[in-house]
Amino acid sequence: MTSSFRAPLLRLAPQLIALAAILLLNFIMFPQFFHLEIQNGRLYGSLIDVLNRGAPVALLAIGMTLVIATKGIDLSVGAVIAICGAVAASSIVAGNSVGYTLVLALGTGLLCGIWNGFLVAVLDIQPIIATLVLMVAGRGIAQLVTEGIIMTFNNEGFIFFGSGSILGLPMPVVIWILAGIVITLLVRRTALGMLVEAIGINRRASTLSGIQTPILLMAVYALSGLCASIAGIIVAADIKGADANNAGLWLELDAILAVVVGGNSLLGGRFSIVGSLLGAMIIQSVNTGILLSGFPPEFNLVIKAVIVIIILVIQSPALKSVGVFFSRRPERQLDVPKPEIQREAAK
Amino acid sequence: MAHDFENILAASDFCKYFPGSTALDHVNFSLRRGEVHALLGENGAGKSTLIKCMTGAYRPDAGTLVLDGAEINPHDTLAAQKLGIGTVYQEVNLLPNLSVAENLFLGRQPRQFGLVSTRKMNAQARALLAQYGMDIDVGRQLDRFSVAIQQVIAIARAVDLSGKVLILDEPTASLDTQEVAMLFGIIRDLKKRGLGIIFITHFLEQVFEISDRITVLRNGKLVGTRDRAGLERQGLIEMMLGRELAAVEAEERQTQDTAGPVKYRFQNFGKRGKIKPFDLDVRAGEVVGVAGLLGSGRTETAEVLFGVEHADSGEATVDGQPLALSSPRAAIKGGFGFCPEDRKTDGIIGDLSIRENIVVALQARRGWARPLSRSEQNSIADRYIKALDIRTTDREKPIRLLSGGNQQKAILARWLATNPSFLILDEPTRGIDVGAHAEIIHLIEDLCKQGMSLIVISSELDELVAYSTRVIVLRDREHIAELTGADISANRIIESIAGTSSKKEDA
Repeated sequence: MTSSFRAPLLRLAPQLIALAAILLLNFIMFPQFFHLEIQNGRLYGSLIDVLNRGAPVALLAIGMTLVIATKGIDLSVGAVIAICGAVAASSIVAGNSVGYTLVLALGTGLLCGIWNGFLVAVLDIQPIIATLVLMVAGRGIAQLVTEGIIMTFNNEGFIFFGSGSILGLPMPVVIWILAGIVITLLVRRTALGMLVEAIGINRRASTLSGIQTPILLMAVYALSGLCASIAGIIVAADIKGADANNAGLWLELDAILAVVVGGNSLLGGRFSIVGSLLGAMIIQSVNTGILLSGFPPEFNLVIKAVIVIIILVIQSPALKSVGVFFSRRPERQLDVPKPEIQREAAK
Repeated sequence: MAHDFENILAASDFCKYFPGSTALDHVNFSLRRGEVHALLGENGAGKSTLIKCMTGAYRPDAGTLVLDGAEINPHDTLAAQKLGIGTVYQEVNLLPNLSVAENLFLGRQPRQFGLVSTRKMNAQARALLAQYGMDIDVGRQLDRFSVAIQQVIAIARAVDLSGKVLILDEPTASLDTQEVAMLFGIIRDLKKRGLGIIFITHFLEQVFEISDRITVLRNGKLVGTRDRAGLERQGLIEMMLGRELAAVEAEERQTQDTAGPVKYRFQNFGKRGKIKPFDLDVRAGEVVGVAGLLGSGRTETAEVLFGVEHADSGEATVDGQPLALSSPRAAIKGGFGFCPEDRKTDGIIGDLSIRENIVVALQARRGWARPLSRSEQNSIADRYIKALDIRTTDREKPIRLLSGGNQQKAILARWLATNPSFLILDEPTRGIDVGAHAEIIHLIEDLCKQGMSLIVISSELDELVAYSTRVIVLRDREHIAELTGADISANRIIESIAGTSSKKEDA
């Protein structure tokens, strides 16, 4: 049993170390960082803030991990957040119940994902182009839904998903951790994970082995759309409204970054959802740390880029071979010339 | 140090250790001027490690390398190239999207006023290729030419850059007979110019045809170096295998006419532009061989049968029941299995472990919601690793790290795990070493005895003759003949392909 835990832990070591290092850095710059307190039955503190603010990217990263594992990419998730937020807001404004609104928003996200999956799996369009369609069109669709205005609402039941809490934990944190657990179990306790990896490594060989490649591809994009719609609900509930232009803006890039920082290859194949979630938390810790450190805001993106580059360089295979090169050097001095033995010539 | 005028390249006492294994154990190898020296051994014998140590890709842990009387110690392939050791690999490593001339002069293009002069470069390229009796448009993109021509271009580049030693690593693996003859002509010319040529191949006929001396490695050790003259085929295979010769070579052809009733019947089956409609009956427990030249429709036949290409005419029946072969998945449901010709692109799922590669077809058939437990997977994988003698240290190793023969066995295991009743094997023995070759042929015979129906496509006629109950001959995407019983012989197959015998329209 221990060995089955050690392997994933070893695999995630770079992410865990990076996260620990950044949290430590935050602590040094801002000694209050690990301070937690309970107010009105809810935990407050910078650490909780990281978990809470990181929720949308974490949710997107879950779906994105599976899409990337199939050698694909989903650029539309940011736009899907906007669409689903708009759908949810307009449904609440129209006076629908919270349950109905949730089903509507989740269904919309699923539909968006199926559309992407259809383009990729059935029409065989390259994923980056196929999902670009919805990325570009999505914000327009969201504006059509909200009729061009920023819709606001004040429905306690719905706002709960953004600012409510369960057992002291903010609702968004509960949702993304739950989603992470459920989907990890779904792919690892069934054969789904292995089949998805097989498709990502060699689609043709997978099809020839009888894997239902198109259906699985559709499912993966649909799941990504679903994750985006959950993120959309959280974002809308958090700001108590729908902003078609800015909700989820550029989050697809953060999600891709989270997946990569999580140690997953953009070339598809082996994947780790836990790794991606750690990646999302690393990114959010960087964001929060920069905010807390009080650097002028114009530095934020540059600092973030530098930190991301450092993390990626540490993970890169090229660095490993450089390491091997340096560790091998002493061996070279052993190359002492030996007396020539002409055994072969004697034959 | 005794100056050695006869040998252009001599490696003495080469040792190379990898974690957990000894790849080369005090190997001596010498190459004379103007000789073709074949380097043989099963996969994993140490051929490529030896080559890599000589070309600077690896550094030997012990031993010396003498080129032209001077000790050298190349630290990378570029250094070895400059010293005079050039290599051409099986997969031509040129740039397919550049022109022939650019490929020949890449990195050393002739310049005029500091700019690359395409005109000069093309002229030089033409002159260079003329030495090889080739007159082609050097301005055209490389990938417009056949693999054989690309191979010659790679050789021309290597000889032009290096010029003392040429190492050919399985250059003939993807060439047809005429192309091999052309390549051998070029090798003989280079030999006359005094180059030392090391030739690695799996084809023993070619070894006997072209080489002057033969060196055999086994398990990282030198078995011996012999002159070709006076060496028997049997003796050579024994050197390579180190055990009694694989039965394939010696075994007399034995046809079992004991096959049962027709089980699989394909009538008027075909697809436009791929393969003309054909009729094919396969009995339980028989091996139907498929012969034909490259491009004759062999692989297309397999793909139509397995549902990779959806047949647009005819129908398939199993035991009289119609079977829709609309996709590989449908075919698998009907008990079919298919080992494709191109292992790397169509067969293995490289980064997945051997275990996962073996269970993937069975798992796909069960569906994702009914996973095989890890212990079930382990026991299936272990069973086939043992039964097919897949040589690996660990079932969790990524399959891409295995040698070709072991990969092929793992793919066979993938299908055997689904317990198929109809197995299509497309070139099951291509590019694998003699030992694994014999094992796979035995396996085909065993499966057939167990009552499985097999279709085996192969370009090795002796092999087809050895195990086929019937042989279908293809030409120009059409089934042109069916040989049975005493008619099955390599000569008869060649006659049919060539169209010299009266065509038989078999029913």
